[in-house]
Amino acid sequence: MHIIESGNVAAAIGVKLSRTQVIAAYPITPQTPLTEKLSEFVELGELDAQYIPVESEHSALAVCIAASSTGARAFTGTSANGLLYMSEQIHWAAGARLPIVMCVVNRGIGAPWTVWNDHQDSISQRDNGWIQIYANDHQQIIDSVIKAFFLAEKVSIPVMVCYDGYILSHTYMPFEIPDQSKVDEFLPKFSPNYALHPDEPANLNSVTFPDVRNDIRGNLAPGYMEIRHMLHRDMREAIGEIDEIDKRYLKIFGRGGTPFVEGYKNEDAAFIAVCLGSLSYRLRDVVDTLRQEGINVGVVSIHVYRPFPEKEVVCAFKKAKKVIVFEKALSYGNEGALYADIKSALYSCEERPLVQNYILGIGGREIKTDDLYNTLKDSCTIHKSSICQPKWIGLKM
Amino acid sequence: MSGQTNILNLPEEELVHPGNRACSGCGLGIAYRIGLKALGKDTILVVPPSCLTVLQGLYPIAATKLPCVNVTFASTAAAATGVLAALRAQKRTTTTVSAWAGDGGTSDIGIQALSGACERGENFIFVCYDNEAYMNTGVQRSGTTPQGVVTTTTPIFGKPQQKKDVPSIIAAHGINYVATTSAAYPLDLYDKIKKAKTISGLKYIHIHTPCPAGWGFDPRYTIKIGKLAVETGLYDLYEIEYSKFRLTGESKKNLQKKLVPVNEYFKTQSRFRKLSESQISDIQKQVDEKRKRYLTTIDS
Repeated sequence: MHIIESGNVAAAIGVKLSRTQVIAAYPITPQTPLTEKLSEFVELGELDAQYIPVESEHSALAVCIAASSTGARAFTGTSANGLLYMSEQIHWAAGARLPIVMCVVNRGIGAPWTVWNDHQDSISQRDNGWIQIYANDHQQIIDSVIKAFFLAEKVSIPVMVCYDGYILSHTYMPFEIPDQSKVDEFLPKFSPNYALHPDEPANLNSVTFPDVRNDIRGNLAPGYMEIRHMLHRDMREAIGEIDEIDKRYLKIFGRGGTPFVEGYKNEDAAFIAVCLGSLSYRLRDVVDTLRQEGINVGVVSIHVYRPFPEKEVVCAFKKAKKVIVFEKALSYGNEGALYADIKSALYSCEERPLVQNYILGIGGREIKTDDLYNTLKDSCTIHKSSICQPKWIGLKM
Repeated sequence: MSGQTNILNLPEEELVHPGNRACSGCGLGIAYRIGLKALGKDTILVVPPSCLTVLQGLYPIAATKLPCVNVTFASTAAAATGVLAALRAQKRTTTTVSAWAGDGGTSDIGIQALSGACERGENFIFVCYDNEAYMNTGVQRSGTTPQGVVTTTTPIFGKPQQKKDVPSIIAAHGINYVATTSAAYPLDLYDKIKKAKTISGLKYIHIHTPCPAGWGFDPRYTIKIGKLAVETGLYDLYEIEYSKFRLTGESKKNLQKKLVPVNEYFKTQSRFRKLSESQISDIQKQVDEKRKRYLTTIDS
């Protein structure tokens, strides 16, 4: 069934179709309509879940962590400072290997207060052991949420599904709601390796030594470093799983085929604009105009940001002489995080394109099509001197 | 409340293994052993960082026979909420959920999550074991450290502020059961946790747990000092059941007899060494006033 609804509602329907058992959330703009919708589903009996209206985001993820440890499929959603308030728990969920799914409705972070969109919130949480997915539109939001539960449970790693605040969360777009029966076929009931149970006592997340240690039966148990290495190893192996899951989703629902990056006119492009999220559609319009002017340019949006799919990213830049990275976040005092990752991925290539970085849309600063057009047009030249610190688009002072 | 259970009819099965990592003379060691007997085997535990984290053993060895999830410091009551929610979602509703946090994890960093869980009426037993400072990190002052106590962060003059009255704060949420007890009165502790299991909503049990290393006394005196805290009227054993307050056990008996002077308690522990004569006499006055209030309000 196709409907026209907001991005937040698309996410909520995805959570419902995934038969989530425990939902805990604390309101923060622009995430609120997502959790409002979920509480409505639960109160109407359309979703058989426990909805816990917690007193903070820290507690929201605490509820999900404990619920997941007790064998329930758990979900939360947040934005900006709410995500940062969770930060300790975000690391905890990954270290405890719990398949929680969280929507991050991207918003800039204070101070000063801003409620508008950028990507600083989720980008600042990229190193905590969660898989990060960025959706470009409402269809990708709902599909990503459903796939995220399967992926998280398959690899025992939590997944963030990130989408742009307002631009996607509050705008209305048509999208298809998958059939519940097909979702049930795709996503089986959550069956964890271990769930807290008095019949099978275990002490989870206890203090772990720097070195390996024998258990009471003389079997060698991992130290902290081994446990953390396993997280990294499994995160890398998740790249293969993401590919498999995409294929299966495509077969059942007829959508997919671009699990890691989504390219537009990039196959033969000498110049490629790269970004995360909905900005890619703005750039497609600009690329169409520039193509009419004879400029050989394309767009690549990164769908999976962690684990970073270097091979697939490099592959998307096949003919590129220059890659221009547009980012709504940065590592202050250095450069855009995605820019750094892309440079790193390209380093081992024999023939490397030039890479340039633009910062834009911080704190919801309007991204004007003219600015994108002029910037991209200016960037479509090969001058090594143009490569320097990131340039900011749209600054007025 | 007291006198329901005697030492002979406590369950024999130990749910905390001997040889755990508690210090010798640890008040928590006693409280946990007896408390888990009261909770029984069909229980899931939630524990934030605290002495209990260490007592329970370091990976891959565990000293507790019950399933337990270790959680972040501030999140204890929210995590217990999550365990409960998952149990409800799976129709596993017979299992008791009990969170055990220290005084810092309850009165300071954990109070927001605890307040939220109280307000939501989550059906679990929250136990605060109060050794009156951050003992696991090396005796730093906490919200429940009594006035005048020397800690590693009140090293010269002792803590200037009074002890935070956590049970009253929790009782103000209007939950069905709040009780105070002490490791020095294990049967009182046992009976209160047993009773908590029969009451719906959030139940709060505050346990006074003397700490030889942190309080500065010989480990052989844990029980003696725990009892002195009650006999001097500095720490009261009571229940607030469906909003009705009543003193229990030794504290109830105290109303019929003369209290031991507070200084008898203070002089047993080096942490009180900086208390001046005037501070001691002020504290004695406060205790006497409280006793007067008890005598007038409770008898009427």
